[in-house]
Amino acid sequence: MKTDQLIAALTADNDEKPAPMRRAFTLDLALGLILSVVFFFIFMGLRDTFFASLDQPRFLFKFVFTLTMALSGLVLAWRLARPGVRLGLAGWAVWLAPALIVVACLAEMATVPRDQWLARMIGHNAMHCLKCIPLLALAPLAGLFLALKHGAPTDPRRAGAAAAFAASGLAATLYAMNCPDDSPFFLAVWYILGTSIVVALGWFAGGRWLRW
Amino acid sequence: MRAALAGDGAAYNRLLTALTPYLRNLCRKACARVGLAAGEAEDAVQETLLAIHLKRHTWDSTQSLTPWIAAIARNKIIDSTRRRGRRAETDIADFEDVLSTPPEQEDFEREQEKQDALRLLDQLGGKQREAIEAVSIRGESLKIAAVKLGVTEGALRVSVHRGLKALAELYRKSQS
Repeated sequence: MKTDQLIAALTADNDEKPAPMRRAFTLDLALGLILSVVFFFIFMGLRDTFFASLDQPRFLFKFVFTLTMALSGLVLAWRLARPGVRLGLAGWAVWLAPALIVVACLAEMATVPRDQWLARMIGHNAMHCLKCIPLLALAPLAGLFLALKHGAPTDPRRAGAAAAFAASGLAATLYAMNCPDDSPFFLAVWYILGTSIVVALGWFAGGRWLRW
Repeated sequence: MRAALAGDGAAYNRLLTALTPYLRNLCRKACARVGLAAGEAEDAVQETLLAIHLKRHTWDSTQSLTPWIAAIARNKIIDSTRRRGRRAETDIADFEDVLSTPPEQEDFEREQEKQDALRLLDQLGGKQREAIEAVSIRGESLKIAAVKLGVTEGALRVSVHRGLKALAELYRKSQS
């Protein structure tokens, strides 16, 4: 096939319109997220003290942290999904959530006596947290991978990792409504460990499945 | 490109045709860098055009077109030259003389490449291959080709689209 013949074939195919990126991204992500929300309310649910905790800064900070993670990951994945888009601040914004945790841990160190640090870090149910965050992240991650596959990430591994970071943020937001531990120490160890597992998975899966 | 995305086929054809020499130049340079014959470049050109086509919805029409095309071309050319470079290495292992490539062999390689492109098309399913051959090699319009092949225009359009996607997939798979 000569090149001008190929161009003729491509021109003939121009009427076949692929879905716009914004729509694909929103739809795929929404589907994944809905699946996880349903799963969460069926198998986990809000913790008993959920409404009573709404005025506690440590409890609320969990959501500031997890939503920062989700948003910064989404923005980065969205930029990485299309060729030739500059990352700008989005490349740095993913460090915002870890930075928040460091600051929160320093504040916790200043206000909580040293002999309670370990107990707060270990918490009540660390293994549960390590399982739940990756589990709840699966559906949004699959949705984001579909969206990225529809796009054209020129750096598939990084795009996969960014999608995984966003999916973990969403998963952690859900899980935080169930998890009884509110100390930044707990988040710094177990939430971040759970996220790291998912991000590593996203990195490798991206290299494998997001090439085009 | 805006007109093309809005459905103007003639504008789309003009855009791709105008783009080709620019891409060819890039591909030749990339091939020269890894020590491949210039004839090998055309394959990379075609693969890039195919990628531009299949991913045209990823261009943000409020942005300029050049960085988008450059990023796709860069990505595809790297893949393509890497793949062909590897193949050339095994060729070189077969032939004793590494440094000086006799002209006959260059012809031979060019012949190989033509066969490659054909083979990729041959690997497609019957319907898809027929559809693509009609609109590309015979240059028929969808309407005429559909009448000749005895299918509806819509069905033919789907075959062309699936065929092109499958071709891109074949390119990608021959990489690993």
